[in-house]
Amino acid sequence: MALLDIRNLHATVGETEILKGISLTVNAGEVHAIMGPNGSGKSTLAQVLAGHPAYKVTAGTATLDGEDLLAMEAEVRAHAGVFLAFQYPVEIPGVTNAYFLRIAYNEIRKARGLEELDPIDFIDLLEEKLKIVEWGPEIMERAVNFGFSGGEKKRNEILQMAVLEPKLAILDETDSGLDIDALRIVANGVNQLKSPDKATIVVTHYQRLLDFIVPDYVHVLAGGRIVKSGGKELALELEAKGYEWLTGVPEEAAAR
Amino acid sequence: MTATAAPRTITLPTSKDEEWRFTPLGGLAGLALELGDSPGRLGNADLTPYLFGHPEWPTVVVVDGRVDAAASNFPTLPAGARLLPLSQAIADGDSVMRAHLHRHIGPGATPFTALNTSLSVDGVFLHVPANVTLTMPVHVVHVATSAAAGVTIAPRTLAVIEQGATATLIETFVSLDPQGNYFTDACAELVLGANARLEHIRVQRESAAAHHIGFTQVDQQRDSHYRSFVLQLGGKMARHNLHATLNGPNIETLLYGLYLTSGEQLIDNHTAIFHNEPNCNSWEVYKGVLADSSRAVFNGKVFVLPVAQKTDAKQTNRNLLLSDTAKVDTKPQLEIFADDVKCTHGATVGKLDELQRYYLQTRGIAGQTAQALLIWAFVAEVMMEVTVAAVRDALEATVRERLEQMIA
Repeated sequence: MALLDIRNLHATVGETEILKGISLTVNAGEVHAIMGPNGSGKSTLAQVLAGHPAYKVTAGTATLDGEDLLAMEAEVRAHAGVFLAFQYPVEIPGVTNAYFLRIAYNEIRKARGLEELDPIDFIDLLEEKLKIVEWGPEIMERAVNFGFSGGEKKRNEILQMAVLEPKLAILDETDSGLDIDALRIVANGVNQLKSPDKATIVVTHYQRLLDFIVPDYVHVLAGGRIVKSGGKELALELEAKGYEWLTGVPEEAAAR
Repeated sequence: MTATAAPRTITLPTSKDEEWRFTPLGGLAGLALELGDSPGRLGNADLTPYLFGHPEWPTVVVVDGRVDAAASNFPTLPAGARLLPLSQAIADGDSVMRAHLHRHIGPGATPFTALNTSLSVDGVFLHVPANVTLTMPVHVVHVATSAAAGVTIAPRTLAVIEQGATATLIETFVSLDPQGNYFTDACAELVLGANARLEHIRVQRESAAAHHIGFTQVDQQRDSHYRSFVLQLGGKMARHNLHATLNGPNIETLLYGLYLTSGEQLIDNHTAIFHNEPNCNSWEVYKGVLADSSRAVFNGKVFVLPVAQKTDAKQTNRNLLLSDTAKVDTKPQLEIFADDVKCTHGATVGKLDELQRYYLQTRGIAGQTAQALLIWAFVAEVMMEVTVAAVRDALEATVRERLEQMIA
């Protein structure tokens, strides 16, 4: 059984249809890249899978391990192992990273019928996870994403992913705005978290991230549909030729 | 001893009075604006939960408006600093007390300060002489007992922090009877000499049926620093006026406040900052969380005199509504007569942020856990401003417990 199976997915925001029939199968152990010009529906797909309430699915199905993903509330998807690394991580002033992560970790444990971890044991776990994003413990006492630089926010998303160990990680434009050091740290983090029973979907506009996180499959999204799929060499082709040869629309125009 | 005097007549303000427009006082009609015959006894009452884990701190227990010496703790204070019942300072004819008592809150400032002036027989007098630092906070615990049912409690606090002196003053108002129906009419005069520093924490945890009206006047001389944290949790109707008068240059005044309301409660905070001299900073953040059909009132006045150039004043009032029937009346009021100043204010009334809620959901956190976390995020900004760690931690626990009840 596929880990994630999306069939003919249509979604709207307000009156506008953004996804116009997406089908995609992701198996455990795989890395899929979803590329495409601005406005193609990449981020919408990521948010629809995570359960954003502003998007309405009007047709199609999506299953996680055979379970109806679309019927689940966003938190239930998280309990089931879905994780979205946000393009724009949300600031939560007044709540420390350490506290936030422990609550999230324990809520997911609780939902799975596992025992909660006490604060002391959780600190030990955190110390291990911090290494993945090359951070010291001081970051844990800062409020969640509050006053973080763009790069720190993205790194913090990967730290959350490391702690929550999702079955299906969706990275939404995690590379945008990152300097090369931050990009390397973020990509290394993702690579360390790869395992045969997990899958990753990397949503990106640029090929650059895929130098670091090498995908098994690349899909090009345009106008709310997957217009081409291929291996990792497709990303290089896109880098060289742009998106216009696939979409038939100059990129500037497609963005509108 | 009975303190019963001739019946007082004060004219209660009505909703036509701008200062009381949103705060109806009808509930006072059933209460006698008189002291009780004698204060209640603490008996075996355990005040431990209110002492922040520090019974060794200088602690004055004021029962129904009169100091209970047996329940209080008057340790030896550093170098000439004095903490004593106000009634004793009056009996002694203390010269510092006489120079200040009733000088900072004029008897006629409001009908309720007038009532306090005419009723008050006791309270607390703290005197910290020049350049003396009190290492431990001074805690004044006002306890209402069943002896105060139906009557008025009228304590008065006078703190004189002389030039270069440093102190922390905590005032706590609690009730032994969670449904006690009484009226607290409290006044505090806080006097800061040049370069003095005072951190003032005022915790209002009156009973659910009580009325509480408090007036705090802070008079500051040049280079002084006043930091206030006002926490209002209790009372059926509670009002606090905090007025700071900045009488010299280079003064800093920090006012932080938090109020949590539920049921049919009404909590009112009025603040006024008088910038009378140049180069002073005032910074104010008050936050409120309202549940059920409760109400809150915020009024923040900042007056900047023509001479008070280079004033830097910022005022913020933010409110979080947890229900559709809760209501806030918020009014920032800046009156600026100087031209070279930086003065801003902002007031917001809103609900929990949907994007934050969604972000938490995607991390597996939903329902009451998410709600509690986001409300905590909202209130933490002001809670963190309490610099005494033991007090901050204890109040944090109290606030969390109260918030849990509010969203249950």
